[in-house]
Amino acid sequence: MSTQHSKKAAAFLKNQEYTAWHDATFWGVRVGRDNMAMGLEEWEQLRQKASEIKLHTLSHLDKYLEQFAGNAAKNGVKVHWAADADEFNSIVLDILTGSGVKKMVKSKSMLTEECGMNPYLEAHGIEVVETDLGERILQLKGQAPSHIVMPAIHLSHHDVGELFEQKGISEGKGNHDPTYLTYRARLSLRKEFLSAGAGMTGANFGIASTGEIVVCTNEGNADMSTSIPKLQISAIGLEKIIPDYDSLAVFQRMLCRSGTGQPTTSYTSFFRKARCADGEFHIILVDNGRTQWLQNPAHWELLKCIRCGSCMNTCPVYRRSGGYSYSYFIPGPIGINLGMLRSPEEHQGNLSACTLCGSCQCVCPVKIDLADQIYAWRQEWPAAGKKLICSVMNAVYKNEGIYRNFTGIAHLANILPAPWLPFYLRFPRKPFHSLAHDEL
Amino acid sequence: MKVGLFIPCYVDAAFPEVGVASLRLLRYLGVDVDYPEGQTCCGQPMANAGYEKDAEPLIHKFGGLFAGYDYVVAPSVSCTAFIRMNYPRHKCRVNAVDIVEFVHDVLRPAGPLGRFPHKVSLHNSCHGVRELGLSSPSEQNIPQFNKIRDLLSLVEGIQVLEPERKDECCGFGGLFSIEESAVSRQMGCDKIRRHAATGAEFVTGPDSACLMQLSAAARRLGIDMGFKHVVEILAAGL
Ligand code: SF4
Repeated sequence: MSTQHSKKAAAFLKNQEYTAWHDATFWGVRVGRDNMAMGLEEWEQLRQKASEIKLHTLSHLDKYLEQFAGNAAKNGVKVHWAADADEFNSIVLDILTGSGVKKMVKSKSMLTEECGMNPYLEAHGIEVVETDLGERILQLKGQAPSHIVMPAIHLSHHDVGELFEQKGISEGKGNHDPTYLTYRARLSLRKEFLSAGAGMTGANFGIASTGEIVVCTNEGNADMSTSIPKLQISAIGLEKIIPDYDSLAVFQRMLCRSGTGQPTTSYTSFFRKARCADGEFHIILVDNGRTQWLQNPAHWELLKCIRCGSCMNTCPVYRRSGGYSYSYFIPGPIGINLGMLRSPEEHQGNLSACTLCGSCQCVCPVKIDLADQIYAWRQEWPAAGKKLICSVMNAVYKNEGIYRNFTGIAHLANILPAPWLPFYLRFPRKPFHSLAHDEL
Repeated sequence: MKVGLFIPCYVDAAFPEVGVASLRLLRYLGVDVDYPEGQTCCGQPMANAGYEKDAEPLIHKFGGLFAGYDYVVAPSVSCTAFIRMNYPRHKCRVNAVDIVEFVHDVLRPAGPLGRFPHKVSLHNSCHGVRELGLSSPSEQNIPQFNKIRDLLSLVEGIQVLEPERKDECCGFGGLFSIEESAVSRQMGCDKIRRHAATGAEFVTGPDSACLMQLSAAARRLGIDMGFKHVVEILAAGL
C-alpha cells in the first residue's frame, strides 16, 4: 500500500540531515506564529470573526463581486472577468500586446502559478520577471514553489549563492553571505523594474466597498513593480473579495501573524487607480473553478482560505515530506483539499498524507476544518488499496464468534516474522475479554 | 448511573492489562461497571481509511450493545473521539467518554489514587487534545489545562514531565502507519527522542495505539523506556 505522496515522501526522508533541517525550520515558523497568537488576548475571537466574515462574504459573493467591480470601474480601473485559466492568460496577453509590452515585472501570485501564466506569456514572446526574492530564485532555477508563503525555503544560501554565480548576478565566486546575495539580487532587479513595460501583482484581498486591491509583502516588491511601469495588472481569485476596511482590519491582523510569525507584513499596499494620468490599471477577476466549488455542499468552506500557509508549517507530515511530495501545486493540508476540488482523479494520491491529528484546523486563522475535510474526501474517494484490509476487518469485527477465535489464537501469531507481524506487536495468551470474567 | 466499559479491539487483543486496570480503577472509585459481552470494534480503523459506510453495520451493532448506558467509558481517546464525532451521523446515540474524562469530570476523585514512584513523560494524544479536549491544544490561545496531568497529580511518588512540542502527533494514525510508513516511522522516532530527552523512565498516555507506535520507535533507536497507559498508573497498586 503506497500512494503518490508516500513514495515521494519516502524518497525525501532518505536525506535525514535535510529532513531534520526542514522539520526544524518550519516548526520554528510555527513557534513564531504561536508567540504572536498567544500575544493577542482576542486571538480566538479574531479567528471566529474572520471565519464568519468569510462565510458571510462567500454566501453573498455575487453581491460583493458586483460591488467590487462597480467601485473599481468608478476608480477608472478596467475590470475583466476570466472564467478559467486559459481566458485569464489570454486577457493578460491581450493587455500586454495592446500596449506593446515586451517585459513585465511581477510580485508574488499563487493565482498566476495556478493558471500557468508565466510559461504561456513566455511562449508568446513576453519576458516575465518575478520580483519576490524567493520567486525570483525559483524562476532562475526553473523550479516551482515548495510552499505558498516561503516559496524557496527548501534551498540553502549556498544553493542560492551558486545559482547567482551561474547567472552572473553575483560578482566573482564563493560569497554566499545572505546579506550580500540579497544586495546582488536587489541590484539586478532594479534594472528589471526600470526596463519593464508593465507591472503585475496578485492580491491578498479585494475590498468591495472601495474597489481596491490589497497586497501584503515583506520586500516592497509589489510597490516597485507598480511604481515604475505605467501599466498595472492585478490578478485576483473571486474568493479574495471581502466587504470593507473593517473586515480587512481583522484579516490584516491575522495573516502575517499566522503565516510568518510577524505582527504585520512590512508593506500592506493598497492599489485603487492607475498611478498617473496616462497610466492604466487592469484588475482581472478569476473564477477557474471557484464558483463550482462554492456549490459543493461538503467542501465550499475551503474557499475561506487566506493562504497564510500556517497549516503547512504545523503539519507533521508536510514538515517531514516537503512541498514537492504533493501532486498539487499547493502542498500541505490546504493543498490536499484544494487538489481534490481541482481534480480528484489526479490528486487523490495526496489523501494519505494525513494522520488526522487536527493541528491544522487548530491553527487556521479562518477556522477551516481541514482534517475533517480530508476525512470526508477519503469517504468520497476510498483508496482501492485499503479495500481488502477493511473488508477483512469488518468481517471479523461484525461476528463476535470469529472475533473471539481470532483474538483467542492471536498469540500464536507471535512467532511470525516481520512484515507479517510488526516486531513491536506481541499478543498476550489471553485477550481482555477472557480475563474480564475473573475480574468481574 | 449505568456505566458500560468498552475495551477497543486492539486493547482487548494486545493490551489486556489496560482493560484490567480500567476495571480496577473504576471499581476502586465505586462505579458498578458493566462489560457487555460481544463487543468488538467501534469502526474507526475502517472509517479513517475511507470506508465509514462499510463500517455502518458495526456502528449499529455497537449502538445496540451499548444502548441504555448513561456512559460508555473507554481507555482510548481515538475510539472515544471517533464515536462522539461520527456516530450521530448514523443516528446512533452513544454517550462515549474517555476514561480520563470520566474520572476527571464525572467522578472527580479528591483523594489519592495509585502509587507510581517514577519519572514519566506525558504523551498528549492528538484526538484527546483536539477532539475530546483533555488538554488545551498548543495552537490555541485559551487558558492552559491538562486533565491527564490533574489526575496523575493524585498518584503517589510520581513526577510528571512533558516533552518539547507537547502535543505533536506520534505518527501512528491507523492505516496511515502502513500507507505512509516512512513518514510514520520518522514521526515516531522524532517523538520518542523528545520523550527520552525529558529524562523520564516511562512514557504514559491515554491511547495504547500511540504508545505502541512510540515503543516501536524506541526499540528501533535503542531507547530504553517503559510504556504505560494512564489508567495503569492511576490504578497502580490499587
Ligand atoms: S487553510 Fe487556513 S491555515 Fe491553511 S493556508 Fe488557508 S488560511 Fe492558512
